Amino acid sequence: MTRVFISRDMASVALGADDVARAFADAGCEVVRTGSRGLFSIEPLVEIETAEGRIGYGPATPADVAAILDGSHPNRLGDIAALPFFAKQQRFTFARCGIVDPLSLADYAAHGGWIGLDIARAAEPQAVVDAVKASGLRGRGGAGFPTGIKWQTVLDAPNSPKYIVCNADEGDSGTFADRMLMEGDPYCLIEGMAIAAHAVGASHGYIYIRSEYPFAIDTMRDAIALSAGRIAPFTLEVRAGAGAYVCGEETALLDSIEGKRGQVRAKPPLPALAGLFGKPTVINNVLSLAAVPFILSEGADAYANVGFGRSRGTMPVQLAGNVKHGGLFEVGFGITLGELVNDIGGGTASGRPVRAAQVGGPLGAYFPPSMFDLPFDYEAFTQAGGLIGHAGITIFDDRVDMAHMARFAMEFCAAESCGKCTPCRIGSTRGVEIVDRIIAARETEPARTATQEGTLGKALYSRAPDRIDVSLGAQTTLLRDLCDTMKYGSLCALGGFTPYPVLSALDHFPEDFGAPAPALEAAE
Amino acid sequence: MGLDEAKLLIDGWVRREGSGRDRLLPLLHAVQDEIGYIDDTLVPAIAAALNLSRADVHGVLTFYHDYRRQPAGRHIVKLCRAESCQSRGGAAMEAAAAERLGVAMGETRRDGQVTLEPVYCLGLCAIGPNALVDGRPMARIDTAALDRIAAEVAA
Ligand SMILES: Cc1cc2nc3c(=O)[nH]c(=O)nc-3n(C[C@H](O)[C@H](O)[C@H](O)COP(=O)(O)O)c2cc1C
Ligand code: SF4
Ligand code: FES
Repeated sequence: MTRVFISRDMASVALGADDVARAFADAGCEVVRTGSRGLFSIEPLVEIETAEGRIGYGPATPADVAAILDGSHPNRLGDIAALPFFAKQQRFTFARCGIVDPLSLADYAAHGGWIGLDIARAAEPQAVVDAVKASGLRGRGGAGFPTGIKWQTVLDAPNSPKYIVCNADEGDSGTFADRMLMEGDPYCLIEGMAIAAHAVGASHGYIYIRSEYPFAIDTMRDAIALSAGRIAPFTLEVRAGAGAYVCGEETALLDSIEGKRGQVRAKPPLPALAGLFGKPTVINNVLSLAAVPFILSEGADAYANVGFGRSRGTMPVQLAGNVKHGGLFEVGFGITLGELVNDIGGGTASGRPVRAAQVGGPLGAYFPPSMFDLPFDYEAFTQAGGLIGHAGITIFDDRVDMAHMARFAMEFCAAESCGKCTPCRIGSTRGVEIVDRIIAARETEPARTATQEGTLGKALYSRAPDRIDVSLGAQTTLLRDLCDTMKYGSLCALGGFTPYPVLSALDHFPEDFGAPAPALEAAE
Repeated sequence: MGLDEAKLLIDGWVRREGSGRDRLLPLLHAVQDEIGYIDDTLVPAIAAALNLSRADVHGVLTFYHDYRRQPAGRHIVKLCRAESCQSRGGAAMEAAAAERLGVAMGETRRDGQVTLEPVYCLGLCAIGPNALVDGRPMARIDTAALDRIAAEVAA
């Protein structure tokens, strides 16, 4: 019987993979449902097992079964791993994803699974923490905090019990790596959490998954049940979120697990010392935890030898939005933004020029192509007024209106604010109003001339709308001022980083806010 | 489902799954999965079952976007509004969806057939605009896809 591999990843299913799988089963094939390889322009992807290895065809439809089985189909891709999109990657964390049956324990063991856990359990907890420190691994959830140092704090905490919490809230638009890993290689995350548990002395863990990821929730629950014996005495459970972006913030997430409103806690105390139920808690992103089995099995050096500056190892970059070859591209830090967008991603899906790339989700900055020589590195992005975040890159073509994107950033912040602090709760709503005034003024004001600051009787903001100076200059000044307040006056990064997309749009695309285009681009 | 029946559901759940404070979100999910929404008249029963105050339960219920306090339509269409879907023409599809389904974003159609809701990212960001139709993911939504969805929810 012919063996056929077809992804059951939510993205593949959204593109019709279930129908394709059914058609192959009806044709008498043995269909193995895998995770996704991670290149969506070739999904639904069908791989046929042959004596020469797996031969891929994609995109495929149910009508293509016969032509694929006799090898005559024009969408023949051959060996998927040899395609440039995959050959250029360094898959440390995603080595198995798209290849194995996600729930098969035999597959997992046959592809290097559990080696890291066995090595860890044979070692002292301190040795495991030292290995993670030596690897240079930094938190992949956004802040980039060294994972080994966080674990050391929990290991040294006198209080007990201790908990391992996996942050699988992945709310950033443009990101899907956590989802793909949980659906495509769930045991890898489970192994990483079991290693963390051994390293710090925890006996129970939680995986908090956003409710928008029903496939990941089901897969993780099944995988936990199937691997319970392998990770015992450590135990795990899944908690489903309830549609609140702010619950990705670590302390809001802990409150949510505790059954409360997902409001951000003031720090200190650090969650590492007083986290879930007031106990010492390791809280890490899916990708941080899933990187750990490789670090233990292949050695900290194997991980640390790849990378750039203080950003060590690999990053599963997600190419999203208006991009020709969107998907998951795991690679060592240091690759430039331009290489990712143009060489790997192939530019826009629409075929129009790339105008902007937002990096790091709704709290990340928008970059114009003139800045695409930025290397993918935590420090380089911070210096450029942005952030890597969870490494999602959303690409926009020349039809994007950056003032609308700035407005959306404020609108999103207003909708998702936990309400604890004023700059975020109120400021975001004021921000929407200001951008609305700018959008109205840019249409009517021919070009910005002298600002009207100081005009008698006019104010930047007033409760009496007719007193507000609605000129572009005045409102732009006010927007910058508000961003300043939000940046420095917010308790967490939701209010604190919303200024990144807003100010980067304003700085790099002033022409969309009714101001002259920047000289650099005008000169080109 | 009547109030008494709902109370039985809640009590049965708590007996199986426990009554700690951290059971609140899972219990709210369970009630909504079973009944479709969480009526305000159930708040006292939920509060009593978990030994919480009504204000506490109300606070949690209203904090999270997922929980409904009114019944939804027979079909639920969630359309992604986040940046990556916008970069692929999502805003136009939002308008088209409202028009073709005959209901504004965030509302339930008069005849109770369909609720149209925004969602902020489904993690399918390279193949948008994306939707969840009664929990089924759909990619590359265009007007033809919306016509198919409109026909589906008419049933
Ligand atoms: C508003 C907001 C949303 C966040 N969302 C996520 C998220 O979805 N996933 C995540 O891992 N971290 C998220 N974070 C970062 C977490 O607070 C925290 O830094 C992270 O979980 C720590 O794990 P790491 O060190 O492995 O990155 C978010 C932070 C903020 C302020
Ligand atoms: S910045 Fe916003 S989300 Fe963060 S704590 Fe303050 S109100 Fe809550
Ligand atoms: S932005 Fe729509 S699925 Fe991610």
